[in-house]
Amino acid sequence: MSMAEPRPLTPSPVAERRPVYEIERLSKTYARNRLIALTDVNLTLHKGEFVSVVGSSGCGKSTLLKIMSGLLPPTKGRVVLEGKPVTGPRVDIGMMFQQATLLPWKTTVENILLPIEIREGRAAAQAARPRAMDLLQLVGLGDFATVYPGELSGGMAQRASICRMLISDPAVLLLDEPFSALDELTRDFMNMELQRICAERNATAFLVTHSLAEAVILSDRILVMKPRPGRIVEEIVIDLPRPRTLEMINTTRFGEIVGHIRDLLGKEAFV
Amino acid sequence: MTDAPDTQKEDTVWVEHEALIDRIPRWVAMLGLFVIVVAIWDLATARMAWVSPIILPSPGETFFDLIFVGKNLIGGEYMLVALWTTTKTVFWGFLIATTIGFSLGVLVGETKFGERAVMPYLVAIDTMPKVAFAPLFIAWLGFDIASKVALAAFIATFPIVVSTAAGLYAASENERMLFKAMGATRLQTLVRLKLPTGLPHIFTGLKIAAVGVMAGAITGEFLGGGKGFGALIRQSASQMDTPRVFALILYLSLLGLLLYFTVVWVQRRFVFWNKSERPGGVG
Ligand SMILES: Nc1ncnc2c1ncn2[C@@H]1O[C@H](COP(=O)(O)OP(=O)(O)OP(=O)(O)O)[C@@H](O)[C@H]1O
Ligand SMILES: [Mg+2]
Repeated sequence: MSMAEPRPLTPSPVAERRPVYEIERLSKTYARNRLIALTDVNLTLHKGEFVSVVGSSGCGKSTLLKIMSGLLPPTKGRVVLEGKPVTGPRVDIGMMFQQATLLPWKTTVENILLPIEIREGRAAAQAARPRAMDLLQLVGLGDFATVYPGELSGGMAQRASICRMLISDPAVLLLDEPFSALDELTRDFMNMELQRICAERNATAFLVTHSLAEAVILSDRILVMKPRPGRIVEEIVIDLPRPRTLEMINTTRFGEIVGHIRDLLGKEAFV
Repeated sequence: MTDAPDTQKEDTVWVEHEALIDRIPRWVAMLGLFVIVVAIWDLATARMAWVSPIILPSPGETFFDLIFVGKNLIGGEYMLVALWTTTKTVFWGFLIATTIGFSLGVLVGETKFGERAVMPYLVAIDTMPKVAFAPLFIAWLGFDIASKVALAAFIATFPIVVSTAAGLYAASENERMLFKAMGATRLQTLVRLKLPTGLPHIFTGLKIAAVGVMAGAITGEFLGGGKGFGALIRQSASQMDTPRVFALILYLSLLGLLLYFTVVWVQRRFVFWNKSERPGGVG
C-alpha cells in the first residue's frame, strides 16, 4: 500500500470568532444507574477551530460527544449548532469513532456512500459516486475503491471512515478517539491528514483523545475534563504556529505544554 | 572460544513431529475408515455370523439391495414415486418453516412485544416433544401429504425463529450508533444492517431446520402412512427385510444431504464476506 504524500499546506486561516456550536449548562445523568456523567458543561466552538478534550477514562468525554451529535438526549442544558438546537442526528454533523465500522458486505466506495444512500436513496448515492472517488483519492485509497473492507488494514479502514464522514460535507466534525487503534506512525500520518482536511474545508472539529501529543499537535484549544462528576476543569490555548508539523513534537515548547496538561490530569488520569 | 566464527556455531534445529493423520489427505482417511468399518461389518455378519441377518444384514446383502432400490428409482418405478412424495413433503415443510420461522424471528428480535410476549410461548412450545403432535396433525389434515408437511414444518420452525432473533441482536453497538447518526429509519436499520449482519446466524438455523424437516417428514410418514419413503421403510421393516431398510435409509439420506448442501451453497453465495473459514481466500 502506498500512502499519499501529504500535500503542502496553505496556512490555515485564523479561526473566525463566529460561534458555531454553543453548549450551555449541559448535564447528563444516566437514568439506568443514576450516574452523573456530566455536570454544568459550558463550551463554545468557533468556525474553523480545532478543539480537543482530554481526561481520564470514564470522565464523560464520549457522553459529551454523543449529546453534541444528537445521539443522546441531555438531562439539562442547551446544545445549539448554527443557531438551531440539536434534537437528533443531523446532516451537518460528521462523526468518527474509534472503530472504522465499515460494513463488510459493501465495497469501500459503497461504504463511503452509505450516508447518502440512507438519507437520499440509491440513485443519489450513485450520483455522488464521483465525489466519493475524489475523497478516496484524497486520502490515498484510490486503488481500493472496489475492495471489500476485509482486505483493508486498520489505517486504511480509518481513512475510509474519514471519507464516509466527509461525503455529506458536514460543517463540524466530532471525533471520538478516531486513531487510537492505530500504530504510532500511522497515527502521526493520520493526524497530518486530518489537519490538512480541516484546513482545506475550514471545518470545525472536536476531538476526544487519550494522546496528549495528538491533542497538542492538532488543537487550537484543549479542554481538560475530570470525572465524578464529569466536568471541564481547564482550558489551554495552544499557541504553536500553523501549519503544525511532526517536527514540532521535539521542540521544548511542545514538551512544556504536554507536561503542563499531564500535571493537570494528575494521578486521576491513571485510575 | 568467543572468537569462534559464526559458521562453527550450529543452527537451532527444531524437530517437529507431524501427526500421521495430518499427513494423509482427507479423502484417504475417509476411505480408510470406510474400508475398516465395512471389513468389521462383513466379519461380524457374513464371515463369522456373530450377528443374526435379521438384526444386521451383511454388506453384500445391503449392497445387493442398494442396487435393487437404485434400479427401481432410476426406472421410475414405485420407489421413485415414494421418494418424490417425500421430497415434496420436505420441500413444502422447509418452505413453510422458513417463512413462518423468519417472520416470527423478526417479530421476536425486532419488537419489544415479540421479545416480551411472544418469545415465552415459543420457548414453552419448543420444549415440548413436537413429534407428540403428529396424531393431532393427522386428525386435522388427514393421512395425505398435508399432515406430514405440517409436522415437518412444525419441527423445523423453531430453530429458524431462534437463530433469526439472535442474528438481529448480532449487530454491534458501534454499527447501531453509526446508523443512528446517519439518521436511518428503523426499517433501514433492519434491512441494511441487522439482517445482513445476522445472515450467518440465520443460515445456521436453516441448517438445523434442514435436518429437522427430514426427521419430521419421515416421522409423519411412519405414523400416518401414505405413499412416502417413510411408509416404504416401515413396510420393509415389518417384513423383517433389514437389508432393504438399510438401502432405503441410505437413499433417503441423499435427500437430506441435498437439502443441507443446498442451504450451504446459498449461504456461500449470500454471505460472501464471512471468509474466516476460507484461509487466504480472496474475492
Ligand atoms: N449507556 C450508559 N448507561 C449508564 N452509564 C453509562 C452509559 N454510558 C456511559 N456510562 C457511564 O458514564 C461515565 C462516562 O462514560 P463515557 O463513555 O462518556 O466516558 P469516556 O470519558 O468516554 O471514557 P473513555 O475514555 O474510557 O472512552 C462512565 O462512568 C460510564 O460508566
Ligand atoms: Mg469514550
